[in-house]
Amino acid sequence: MCAVLSVATTLAIVVSLLGPTLSFFREVGLFEFFTGKVWAPLFAQARFGVLPLISATVLITGIALAVCIPVGLLSAVFLSEYSRPRVRAFLKPGLELLAGIPTVVYGFFALTFVSPLLAKLWLFGEPPGIFNAASAGIVMGIMIVPTVASLSEDAMAAVPQALRNGAYALGSSRLQVSTRVVIPAALSGIVAAVVLGISRAVGETMIVLIAAGGTPNLSFNPADAMQTMTAFIAAAGIGDQPIGSVGYQTIFAVGSTLFVGTLLVNLISIRLVRKYREVYE
Amino acid sequence: MTPPDASPGDLSSLQRRRSVATTIREAGFKSAMLGSLLLAATALVALMVQVFVTGSPRLNGDLLNRFPSSLPSRAGARSAIFGTIWVIGTVAFTCVPVGLGAAIYLEEYAAKDRWYNRLIEVNIQNLAAVPSIVYGILGLAFLVRGPLKLGQTVLAGALTLSLLVLPIVIIASREAIRAVPGSIRLASLALGATQWQTISRQVLPSAVPGIATGTILALSRAIGEAAPLLLLGALTFITFVPEGLASPFTVLPIQIFNWISRPQDEFRVLAAAAIVVLMVILLAMNGLAIWLRNRFQRKW
Repeated sequence: MCAVLSVATTLAIVVSLLGPTLSFFREVGLFEFFTGKVWAPLFAQARFGVLPLISATVLITGIALAVCIPVGLLSAVFLSEYSRPRVRAFLKPGLELLAGIPTVVYGFFALTFVSPLLAKLWLFGEPPGIFNAASAGIVMGIMIVPTVASLSEDAMAAVPQALRNGAYALGSSRLQVSTRVVIPAALSGIVAAVVLGISRAVGETMIVLIAAGGTPNLSFNPADAMQTMTAFIAAAGIGDQPIGSVGYQTIFAVGSTLFVGTLLVNLISIRLVRKYREVYE
Repeated sequence: MTPPDASPGDLSSLQRRRSVATTIREAGFKSAMLGSLLLAATALVALMVQVFVTGSPRLNGDLLNRFPSSLPSRAGARSAIFGTIWVIGTVAFTCVPVGLGAAIYLEEYAAKDRWYNRLIEVNIQNLAAVPSIVYGILGLAFLVRGPLKLGQTVLAGALTLSLLVLPIVIIASREAIRAVPGSIRLASLALGATQWQTISRQVLPSAVPGIATGTILALSRAIGEAAPLLLLGALTFITFVPEGLASPFTVLPIQIFNWISRPQDEFRVLAAAAIVVLMVILLAMNGLAIWLRNRFQRKW
């Protein structure tokens, strides 16, 4: 019975998203929604082009990945291949501590620490304002580091010792063993970790709501303020939208887009893991 | 790997050159790894220090005893702290029995090759990856306004968060149950116990530490969650402690967000002080989880 509740939850999510989404698309065409370049649903002259929200989500996720893939992978290699057990026993819980910090706290950190720092250190072009995509993306990357590091480390630890010993016997250095034997052998787990990181970044709300600003903006300049899909949903939810209004329905339309997007990413990751899993005896 | 200008006869110099290059690369890689760990550690330390230094002027009894106010100097987080306690208590009461039930079914009763059981499993994996704000939409549509019409109450907020952390509780409980070796079950069944007696008297007691650890971690996730509750309308100005499940409420992360988004700097200070309170609660819970895991962990 209890397990059925999980299926019921999914159904409820789909149903609750579907109804208002359908009535939204009855008023606003699919074509306008996915190709329009201006997102201003709550203005008198309402415009419903979701592209600015999607581009902001993609850009900020990209910045987050640029931070978390190198940092997470290097940390994982260190934990799995280089560190002594005692160092590892101390470092791993430390990383997990980063994962336990609430996202609203990360948002505060992005706004009050990283943004001013970026404004000072900005190298090219106009320095960013208080609200910008770069600080939200960087902090989001830091947030995902534990996910990527911990899951990749698990995958690397699962690579059998015999493979490493074989490579060492052929005269490889530690670096060569790590990068040419262990990482390729653990690739499926690493990819799964990164994909999970992507879906967390896409779905993250509070950091972007606090630090990226609240203006939809079709721009790929990380110094600009912009609004992601999640941030729009939250912002529209805070202002009490009357039930049945177009403003209320946009929440669901954007929510469906987000839900379908993360579902696809997640299904791909489950597939990838199944397909490329190397089974060692 | 061969250096380009090595003459074939000069083997010893080739070896030496190669080992120098390898050493340099090795050192570079090592410092890159240490650098990235250092970056993560620096971020953690910077975050803690920043929050603590900013919030320290307001870390006093007023924060716990006063209610939110439009005047920063008179504001406190009492209603948010009590709201958090109410909501998390309710979440624990609703999601533990359901999560445990689902885990017992999937591990002990379900036949793995039936399509509906596999559907449930894939489904739980997917649910764990659904963005939290989508749960907020669900809560808004189903619990607050739609079929159940609970309004913006403690119960609606708690049920939304329960659904959010349910997959975590299920996955953790399943792992704990799976870690109990099959020989224990077989021994119990061989002594004439029924399947339910085996589960309730042998399997569950051995799995309790793992289940408790997973549940505490899930609850600490729920405590820090703000996005779904924003959608439910918990951002209202609450100047009283919730009296029951049907009472309107606010919680700490929401109160923090509210203070961050005000323009005055004094509210930033308040936000930082409230973050310290939130982090202390979370650290205490995580510490409890780690202690439980180490204290009661059994090796079979």
